[in-house]
Amino acid sequence: MGFPADGEERARASSEDADLLGRCRDGDDAAWAALVERYSRYVYAIAVQGFRLSEHDAEDVFQDTFARVYDRLDSLRDDTAFRPWLAQLTRRLCLDRLRSNGRAEPLGEVALAEAAADELERLDEALAVRDALAELSENCREILDRFFARDESYRTIGEALQLPPGTIASRISRCLGSLRERLEGRKPAVVES
Amino acid sequence: MTTSGYDEERLGALLGALPPAPAGLVAAAAELPQTRRDLERIVQLAGEDAEFRRALLEDLESALRRAGYEPDRSIVEELRRRFPA
Repeated sequence: MGFPADGEERARASSEDADLLGRCRDGDDAAWAALVERYSRYVYAIAVQGFRLSEHDAEDVFQDTFARVYDRLDSLRDDTAFRPWLAQLTRRLCLDRLRSNGRAEPLGEVALAEAAADELERLDEALAVRDALAELSENCREILDRFFARDESYRTIGEALQLPPGTIASRISRCLGSLRERLEGRKPAVVES
Repeated sequence: MTTSGYDEERLGALLGALPPAPAGLVAAAAELPQTRRDLERIVQLAGEDAEFRRALLEDLESALRRAGYEPDRSIVEELRRRFPA
């Protein structure tokens, strides 16, 4: 199930991708670093969660994926369609890796790709949520990322952000509310925690 | 917590679906433009300096370190392709 605001978030993200790609072509190393940062979780998650690659294989796929993106910067047909292109490239490299490991028979590749499809759809949705997260205040971004994506405890978060652990739960709830509103398009501006 | 598609549980699960990739991997990928420039410089140097080229063929990683370059995996693989022992 997709979020109603997916289309809006995706359009904004596609436009930002196109801007980053243009700057990468102009030799802007910071833009390349930003592009890597933006998609590093997505690419790694496709390999680990979508195709269940080992840590070692996932690392190789990750490196190969970004190396190929860099090599093909000048030949991308549509910068606004970067994300689906990147997903397709990563999927293909994962299948190549499984094939080279003998884990994917020719007839089994379709089944493998189909099995990964649901998970990849979920990762696309997760990426849209992260795009929305980027619109929240730094405090909310930190708390939600630390708690949900980095699996940190209230105590660790409290120490890192110098907040009483007893207030973390309520802040998480408030920030999730802001994120929900952002996804629903109720609050176009940056939301403070 | 609500029962809509935007409930806290679902949002939390989606946020948790994208944990950070290993920091070293991300840093290496982010430095790719510099790594590629280093690679081209090394290839150029090998073309101009026969001694360095011989050292590369004998022990690629040591030669790189002596020349001040960290033997990053992608650089080593590409140099091995360009300068087969």
